[in-house]
Amino acid sequence: MAFFQKLGNHFKQIGTTFVQGDWKTKLSFLILGFGPLLRGQVVIGLALLLCEAAFFWYLFGFGWRYMSKITTLGTVATQKIRRKTVYGDNSFLILLFGVLTIFAVIAFLVIWRLNINENRKEEEILKKGKKLPTNRQILASLLDKNFDKTLLALPVTGIFIFTVLPIVFMILVAFTNYDKNHQAPTNLFTWVGLENFKNIFSFGTSGMAPTFLRVLAWTLVWAFLATFIDYFLGMAVAILINKKGIKFKKLWRTILVLTIAVPQFVSLLYVGKMFANDGLVNGYLMKWGWIQNPIPFWTDPMLSRITILVVNIWIGIPYLMLIATGLLMNIPEDLYESARIDGASPFQMFKSITLPYMLFVTGPYLLTQFTGNINNFNVIFLLTQGKPQSMSMANNAGATDLLVTWLYKMTVNDTNYKMAAVIGIMVFIVVATTSLIGYNMLPSVKDEEGFQ
Amino acid sequence: MSSYKLKRTIGNVIAYIVLVLISIIWLFPFVGLVCQSFRSYATESGGMVSYLLPKHFSLDNYKYLLFEYPQFGKWYMNTLIIALFVAVLQTIVILCVSYALSRMRFKGRTALMRFWLVLSMFPGFLTMICLYFLLKQFGLTQAGAVPGLILVSVASSGMGYYVCKGFFDTIPKALDEAARIDGASRARIFFTLTIPMSKPILIYTALVAFMAPWCDFVFASYVAFGHEASYTVAVAMQRWVWTNDYQGFFTRFCAGGVLIAIPVTLLFMFLQKYYVEGVTGGAVKG
Repeated sequence: MAFFQKLGNHFKQIGTTFVQGDWKTKLSFLILGFGPLLRGQVVIGLALLLCEAAFFWYLFGFGWRYMSKITTLGTVATQKIRRKTVYGDNSFLILLFGVLTIFAVIAFLVIWRLNINENRKEEEILKKGKKLPTNRQILASLLDKNFDKTLLALPVTGIFIFTVLPIVFMILVAFTNYDKNHQAPTNLFTWVGLENFKNIFSFGTSGMAPTFLRVLAWTLVWAFLATFIDYFLGMAVAILINKKGIKFKKLWRTILVLTIAVPQFVSLLYVGKMFANDGLVNGYLMKWGWIQNPIPFWTDPMLSRITILVVNIWIGIPYLMLIATGLLMNIPEDLYESARIDGASPFQMFKSITLPYMLFVTGPYLLTQFTGNINNFNVIFLLTQGKPQSMSMANNAGATDLLVTWLYKMTVNDTNYKMAAVIGIMVFIVVATTSLIGYNMLPSVKDEEGFQ
Repeated sequence: MSSYKLKRTIGNVIAYIVLVLISIIWLFPFVGLVCQSFRSYATESGGMVSYLLPKHFSLDNYKYLLFEYPQFGKWYMNTLIIALFVAVLQTIVILCVSYALSRMRFKGRTALMRFWLVLSMFPGFLTMICLYFLLKQFGLTQAGAVPGLILVSVASSGMGYYVCKGFFDTIPKALDEAARIDGASRARIFFTLTIPMSKPILIYTALVAFMAPWCDFVFASYVAFGHEASYTVAVAMQRWVWTNDYQGFFTRFCAGGVLIAIPVTLLFMFLQKYYVEGVTGGAVKG
């Protein structure tokens, strides 16, 4: 309701500005920045005019070709006429630039609205008999009152082109049949509605639901275990190092921090090989006669999952140790002192002083860790690439595949873009729901201004 | 000796034993990496073996990578160039975004932050093909992969403002206000007051940005596909471990890994203090 009221107000204001405005304002509805230019606001006027020129130049020179075909994503297929390839429509570019053009139109409407606002403001100031700000003042405000616009202009544009546009594009791909049989530019692809979503939730012979649910379950189990095992073990190690009477605290910490310092690409690939069938671990165990055959660390589905969790402890503990060390020092020593006088055991002290404090302070961190682990591509991919694969799972999914590694494989190995897009949306839904639930459970959700 | 003291000594002894065990586990892979890098392809095997210490100590692998295999130097330089550019540019972008979001109040500020939060919930690899085609339009794939990778990492970096903004939030606003009363503009405050005070967070941001390209091989391999001259070390060396065409390259991978790890690790250890500050601050503010 509030939204429609706001929208109504906008239209009302546009109307009254047009009716009550002078001829300069009226002409500005067509020629952006016309009013400001005639009123001496050269900087604003020129900026608006340039926006308009750029928009129409883009729309008619480039964008319209693509936007006009977005409903069908192209109809003219690429053909071979007498050994010569005649290119038809490129569905990929039609979708990409069609979306870009739609964004450009929206942006232009916003600028058009700002242009009307500017005219109205200027007229009001002049009516009151005041002077308009000089061009120099307007430029100077970009370094002062409007410094935020200067600072954010480039980052926001960058994020728009390289994050927003691709994400919107891929969301739309989930509603098309873009896969290896429909690859641009040789073949066209087109809209298929909710077909792909039906496929992922279908238990039929070609449905992907059984595989999807298995991968999803492992993703959640992995995220949960990886987060909490690391959390508690990391805290334990931090407490151990912080213990009174332990010397060389810095040395122990430095040894652990090595895992953060060495690029994961090197350390994880090496650790992965260490546990291979012909790797160091199996080699030594066999040499010592403890086992007869190599332990299938990476080839047995269950064992590979456990191994990954164990290796992840190796990676995760140092981070937690660093964070916990800083926080543990913040707990007032006299709390422990009085507990000790009351005869509390170390475990009791941990349970009723350390843990509640840590959980309270690191609540948001735990949440981001959890969602980060749902998307933890590096650990899984560098160690197992999602293997071992099994015939019972569709689309080359393996026992240790997370949704993101599965998505990656679909994109790169199978070029099954439509399903990859669907999986991407599913990951988003999972992450968004867990964040929302988790965030509302946090005890430390405070007003962010409270810290300032 | 009282029983309390005895208990404490026993506790400490156990703690030391645990710590030593932990240290061995944590150091083992690195020791293994270094040891195996000294195993020569010529006199022993270059592949996987089941013993740690090489039978003959040799520097063959290092010599091979440094002098006989010119691509390695090229890949190393590519990665270094990407890492340096990303570190500098990303720090600038994050600094700008954090200052605007922390210090200034403008229309749509919370909406922008919420929107970015939602964006960050999409998995990064989802957009890979789209980014690839976008870069291709600008000619920034294959031969132009190095600037292309820099562009992509820097362009989206504004969303990683959390830690830095959290730091800015702790600088008292009264300082800004005092300067504004004296007639300083926002830009002046940003350059002469805020930036000099944010050295720890500057270093943290740059360090994290610098470390990332050494690990990124997924997107890098996609963008540079098939064009060896613009590979990064991660893209190139991952084949030595995973592809069977590179028989005997395992020890060379170890040597290359050591060559990569040494400068990065030294830099990290040198700036460790700032890293810890950043990580701890970020964790608490969430």
